[in-house]
Amino acid sequence: MGARRESEHTSMKNITTVEKKSERELLVTRTFNAPARIVFEAWTKPELMKRWWVPKSMGMSLLACEMDVRVGGKYRFVFGQGMEFFGRYIEVTPHSRIVWTNEEGGENGSVTTVTLEEKGGKTLLVMSDLYPSKEALDAAGTGAADATHETFTQLDELLVELGASVGRS
Amino acid sequence: MVQYTNTHLDASFAALSDVTRRGVLEQLGRAEASITDLAAKFDMTLTGMKKHVGVLEHAGLVTTEKIGRVRTCKIGPRRLEEEMAWIEKYRQLWAARFDELDKVVEELKRKEKVDGRKKRK
Repeated sequence: MGARRESEHTSMKNITTVEKKSERELLVTRTFNAPARIVFEAWTKPELMKRWWVPKSMGMSLLACEMDVRVGGKYRFVFGQGMEFFGRYIEVTPHSRIVWTNEEGGENGSVTTVTLEEKGGKTLLVMSDLYPSKEALDAAGTGAADATHETFTQLDELLVELGASVGRS
Repeated sequence: MVQYTNTHLDASFAALSDVTRRGVLEQLGRAEASITDLAAKFDMTLTGMKKHVGVLEHAGLVTTEKIGRVRTCKIGPRRLEEEMAWIEKYRQLWAARFDELDKVVEELKRKEKVDGRKKRK
């Protein structure tokens, strides 16, 4: 039974949606064909996080990925080109909820909340990025649009590539 | 995905080169306002503010609508397109991450099955 369910899923990709919940909050949702404990594990172990957080053909690689996943613990992701993401975990509830700060943005940084809800062996992931103000969210958008223009051209290629490889994996 | 012609870009840069006009855009990003409101807020004559709004409108950054005697200004289609383009890029980034995460998850599932779940608490 399990085997049949799995083979169905490999031929079909789950959809990622983004919604602007309010003028300072973005919501991302995605379903995973796995129990919450497995999705949680992939978000909390650096050796696993490293494998998916930077899609390969973004042409960037992580130089360091430090994660101390517990309340008050710090994380730091370092890329080449002087890019760095860091912050602290505010809340860690095994298999259901992780909350952290994004401090590289200074006082305009958002707080990210990931919640996992398991139903029938699948997990619904909801990620909220809450900015301190509308201005902070807008600024993040402008900055991201400028900085990632080229990166996303590469990403588009990756998406085509992934789409092509999914059918046969 | 979203393409801008050079004429559009020129108009945008010209519109954004002025500190008052940038302020007006910021203001309208928060809430729509009448020309009278804007003139008062930026301590300017009605005629002066009309000119600024005209430049922003020409660049597609602001739209205006006259209801009765009041002309109301709000963020225009260009600005909204840019915002939507950003959100779409953000979505694509996460979609790509999650597609990679699927692979990690599948691997963990296989491993768990092999381990016979005996270690799980």
